Amino acid sequence: MNKPADGEIVQFDNVGLRYGAGREVLSDLSFTLFPGSFYFITGASGAGKTSLLKLLYLAQRPSRGMIRMFGADAITLPRERLPLMRRRMGVVFQDFRLVPHLSAFDNVALPLRIAGASEKEVTKPVRDMLDWVGLSERMDARPATLSGGEQQRVAIARAVIGRPEILVADEPTGNVDPDMAIKLLRLFEALNRLGTTVLVATHDLHLLQKVPDSLIMRLDKGRLTDPTGALRFPPRRPARAPQGVQ
Amino acid sequence: MKLRLSSGGGVGNGLGGDAQARLVPQARLSGPMPWVIAIMVALVVIAAAAGLSLRNTAKAARAELSGGVTVQIVEPDAASRERQAQAALAQLTGLPGVVSARRVPQDEVDALIEPWLGEGSSDADAIPVPALIDARLAGSVSPAEIARLRGALRGAAPAARIDAQSDWLKPVFGAIESLQWLALALVGLLGLAMAAAVLLAARSALGSNRETIEIVHLLGGTDVQIARIFQRSIGVDAVAGGALGLALGIVAVLFLARRFASLGAGLVDSGALGIGGWLLLALVPVAAVALAMLTARLSVLRALRQML
Repeated sequence: MNKPADGEIVQFDNVGLRYGAGREVLSDLSFTLFPGSFYFITGASGAGKTSLLKLLYLAQRPSRGMIRMFGADAITLPRERLPLMRRRMGVVFQDFRLVPHLSAFDNVALPLRIAGASEKEVTKPVRDMLDWVGLSERMDARPATLSGGEQQRVAIARAVIGRPEILVADEPTGNVDPDMAIKLLRLFEALNRLGTTVLVATHDLHLLQKVPDSLIMRLDKGRLTDPTGALRFPPRRPARAPQGVQ
Repeated sequence: MKLRLSSGGGVGNGLGGDAQARLVPQARLSGPMPWVIAIMVALVVIAAAAGLSLRNTAKAARAELSGGVTVQIVEPDAASRERQAQAALAQLTGLPGVVSARRVPQDEVDALIEPWLGEGSSDADAIPVPALIDARLAGSVSPAEIARLRGALRGAAPAARIDAQSDWLKPVFGAIESLQWLALALVGLLGLAMAAAVLLAARSALGSNRETIEIVHLLGGTDVQIARIFQRSIGVDAVAGGALGLALGIVAVLFLARRFASLGAGLVDSGALGIGGWLLLALVPVAAVALAMLTARLSVLRALRQML
């Protein structure tokens, strides 16, 4: 087992995942994510990207191995403490997972309300965020009346509204035009500069070139390969020192 | 039931009622839950009112008959019967422990037996009817007390027969007690049925809102926060149903009370509900709301524990 690195935000050690009695969809995953780093996970469809993200956003427990998050053992952590850990993350789901009967505003406000923010603390940031993703005119629209790209932008706004310590995004630019994809990527970079660790799963190889200094992990049939040294031990630290990260 | 997480609130720890209220679904009387709760509450109110009324009846009858004894002078000869009745009355009046004793007037005796034997049946040349003395003792009537009275009257009125008045109504009290238990059992069964209905409704709502619950769960919502949403939603339904059920139940109870009051029978009149009884009936919907919310909370928490 790798020795835990100082200041790591996520550490996977020999993690494997199988659904039921089937074959392992993820095998022998060992890596460390540092605060303020920007990671891409790439791989063909079915390589296990979404399964890996599910482990990261605590929707799934691994079949074996060890996962540490924010300095705690995420596998043996009491169930009651998982919500607080989840509140430290922002997640962009591949299928957006917007609450269908809530407006775009209420969907974006949801993480803040879950965390107990007052209405005063909710209204302005949510309006600003929706404005930033170009949806200020669609604040009251329900997800069913939004296009795929608009839904994706609401999902991203919801994921980043709470200034998470780690942002996990599953194909976040899959349904938006190239201009919006770049704009969203810039948002992720801006967050990253503020100290948020960003992890983006994508099969869009062009996207990888847009973020200099990003680290890339490639999944192939459930196993990680390491084209940029993201997995080596001791793990490579981010090239730039993000604000607010010691 | 549809979860509603509308604008202007929060579900974080330490939420105030207002913030929590914004997260709950609006009460909708179109669903079956308020109506099921209304019917249950109405039936519980009627059963509870019946139980309370029977208890009052039994209590009043017991109080009236407690300490009461009836002395019958069973003597075919009218002159001897009269003489023994007067002697027994005099003897009883002076006995320690006897609070009062009165000769039941012949008119009352005639009225008592008239429905069975017809008018004028107690004439001297007709059927000899015993003379009756109604006495009241200081304490309750025990077999030893009856024996003491019997011994005291043996010399003055050898034809005297003494009975405790409560003995006559023992089977009636037994039947009333059974009905009280039946009413209590009905209240319990209806409560269980309501809890089961709420459980099914909560599970159904949980199933139909599973997607939303998973999202709230993955965004860091706690089990208690999610359970509160359901709890509050079912609580609102239960308040609406409970109020309706209470109104229906009270109307039914008042209607039945009026019908029984028109009988003009003493025992029935004594079953009227007091303020305490009405207050107890008013608490039925409160208990129903509490039961519904508790059931919803526990069933949702249990279901959520299946998730990571």
